[in-house]
Amino acid sequence: MSNKFFQPDRSKYPSMKDDGTLDVDLSSQKYTKIWLGPNHPGVTGNMAVEMTLGGDEIVQAKTHVGYLHRGFEKLIERRLFVQGFPTSIRMCVAEPDTNEYLIARSTEELSGLTDRVPEMAEWLRTLALEMARLQGLLRGVPGQAGTYSLGIGVQWGVYLRDLILDRFEELTGARVYHMYIIPGGVRGLLPSGFKRRMEDNLTDIDDFIVRIRKLIFHNSVFKSRAVGSAVIPKEWIDKFGIVGTNARASGVKRDVRKDNPYLKYSELDFDPPTATDGDVYSRTWVRWQELVQTVDLIRQIMAKMPEKGDIRGDMPNALHWKIPKGETYVKLESGRGEYGMYYVTDGSSKPRRVNLRGPSYTHAIAVLEKMLINTNIADVHATMVSLQTCPPEIER
Amino acid sequence: MKSLIERVSTKYNLQEVVQQRDNLVFAYVDKELAIDMVTYMRDYEGYAHFTLMSCVDWIEDGKFQLLYLLNNPETKTEFGIKVAIDRDNAVMQSAHHLWEQIWTYQRELKEAFGIDFPGSPRVDEDFVVEGWDDMPHMRRDFDTNKYAEETYFMREGRKSYDPATYMREKLYPKQPVTAKKNKDEQ
Amino acid sequence: MNELLKKAEANASTKEEKSFVRPEDEEREVIAPDGSIIKVNPIYDYFSGEKPSVEKPNKGVVEKFLNWARAESIWVLGFGTGCGSIEIPPLMTPRFDAFRFGVQMRPTPRQSNAFIISGYLSVKTLKRVIRSYEQMPSPKYVIALGSCTINGGMYYDSYSTINRLDKYMPVDVYIAGCMPRPEALLAGFVKLKEIIKSGKGEGANLYAENFDEYKANQKKVIKDWNMPDYNW
Repeated sequence: MSNKFFQPDRSKYPSMKDDGTLDVDLSSQKYTKIWLGPNHPGVTGNMAVEMTLGGDEIVQAKTHVGYLHRGFEKLIERRLFVQGFPTSIRMCVAEPDTNEYLIARSTEELSGLTDRVPEMAEWLRTLALEMARLQGLLRGVPGQAGTYSLGIGVQWGVYLRDLILDRFEELTGARVYHMYIIPGGVRGLLPSGFKRRMEDNLTDIDDFIVRIRKLIFHNSVFKSRAVGSAVIPKEWIDKFGIVGTNARASGVKRDVRKDNPYLKYSELDFDPPTATDGDVYSRTWVRWQELVQTVDLIRQIMAKMPEKGDIRGDMPNALHWKIPKGETYVKLESGRGEYGMYYVTDGSSKPRRVNLRGPSYTHAIAVLEKMLINTNIADVHATMVSLQTCPPEIER
Repeated sequence: MKSLIERVSTKYNLQEVVQQRDNLVFAYVDKELAIDMVTYMRDYEGYAHFTLMSCVDWIEDGKFQLLYLLNNPETKTEFGIKVAIDRDNAVMQSAHHLWEQIWTYQRELKEAFGIDFPGSPRVDEDFVVEGWDDMPHMRRDFDTNKYAEETYFMREGRKSYDPATYMREKLYPKQPVTAKKNKDEQ
Repeated sequence: MNELLKKAEANASTKEEKSFVRPEDEEREVIAPDGSIIKVNPIYDYFSGEKPSVEKPNKGVVEKFLNWARAESIWVLGFGTGCGSIEIPPLMTPRFDAFRFGVQMRPTPRQSNAFIISGYLSVKTLKRVIRSYEQMPSPKYVIALGSCTINGGMYYDSYSTINRLDKYMPVDVYIAGCMPRPEALLAGFVKLKEIIKSGKGEGANLYAENFDEYKANQKKVIKDWNMPDYNW
């Protein structure tokens, strides 16, 4: 039971040893060790949680990652700046555009060419990023209900996400990996009629927002299981480095779009939603509000952006592009939280070191391992989804 | 930001201070003082949010450069504390007591670069690779292409081109290809 | 020449082979409760060294009927091994609706007969994939999704991902692209059906016949064969 009013008797729980590990004797038959994942349909992405159970409650949890390790950071060191581009966007599949922006912005900043990015391109970048957030949320919000077996919301959400992917296809030519934001600008203007079709889709999504609210937040099963489950206390935010919607659901307003405005976010009117309880319910609620806000942001962007303009500034020849020695850290707010890239160059035509900082790095390992203790095994999946863990950004 | 740099500089003898942006500073600090300074920045200067711990392999200098990137949620600024450690004897003081997620970074760095952090929890466990018996895979002298060619099976008929040469041949087919090669290409 | 060879041999023998076998997994003799001595070799079991048997196809109309039945009920193991798995939910929802092709996702290998390798495979996942594949009942089919399963794709030089999937397990259908669209996946399913109906979907038998070769290739990349520890 994960109800906050129900506190089970913990006196028979294993005690801590001096080195901080639990005193669990597996041969005593009191405890069971099972693995959740990597081959498990309920696991987000491809990761594993090694759980030691006492009854059906978890007494110890360990996250195992690396099943999606491709060695991107090593591969990018072997490629030219532009060659590294198609490689880097595959670092995280949930919102690939965020990677595009980070790598484009890092290379522009380190070669001192940020001024050359035209205004129109900035608007289009903002639009692409918000569309990416929208398609991520359309999977994420109903996906949370899906973890409590409310599958119908997932069916709606995935269908609407497909419509957004259609708009992406119109804009960029590809469904998932777009390669739209490139150093110096973007690859194309809005096609004619794009805004009208986008508005049609947004109207559908408005409808969906109302229905999903009734489906999820008015559902007694969802409420009884999500309220009070997997709580992140406010003190944990700095201690664990929790960011994004997970921090905002605990009442700490952290949003890179507001804190360090990038692109055109300073010209847009929005206020990141917050909640206070920090449980699964408030995280879903914050994400639902964010869905409303993202739809509004896309409308604002489409209304405010100019009709025409340059979309690409002059950049050096991509084949002979060298960037002087330097380093930078660029970040943005993805649907999961602060998403950053540490980029080091050494004066040659290839980057020296690229390190991606994904929010799941802390959420899926340190926070999840701590949070799963004393929860019911049936809530593990919901906890993982509510933290929006995305394994590819942990191991890259 | 300026006053902060001056204040910390006198205290910790910062070297090579680079203000990359208005809200982002990188500076080197001595290895012995690094964890002390990270603690000071967290407790007294408000850099309470730990963003990233990373490492760069400067093989030509024989150094690893560790980075502790801290974020101040109040002033919205970031401070990157860099430490140079010896490449042959790569040991660094552990900082896992400061933030809860640091042991994960240290575990990754131990595996990827071979930097040891004595006392850090679970630092010797595998992180992303399993059954790895070569040198740490993120070091500069580890040749991933060679490793892949030796270990995995390449499909016949796959070609890769040097982009510059390929474009030159495609755009100017009549000009003889000179032996001039980009120095950075190997 | 001979000297060089000898030198190389000497070098090879001095090079330390790192062993990943845990002490409890080593080959040893244990005494059973009734006093008899049993030889156990856990790594051999984990590695499934036992050769599977070849099931010869039936003859004539029986096999045709069975193949029709198999082709119309492709049950796919829901194991998202790479980024291609993000296109699986659209495939299973009303817009593309793979159910009308008899395709269904199953949670466990024991219930499935098709395996979609959705993209790049790191060595760590390959170990799990092989284990899942061996648990699947015959006849079984493999659909390889994306360029990375064909020749490594953009990870051709990565130290962590394999390049050619067909060296480690038999592949029936390749779907090229990065990433392939759901329509391409549907076309792949149709193609797989054709293959099964024409009696060419003999992947499981191919695996059994060339078992030693596949195992040698797998052993070459997977050095740590230890399995996760359970206590039940």
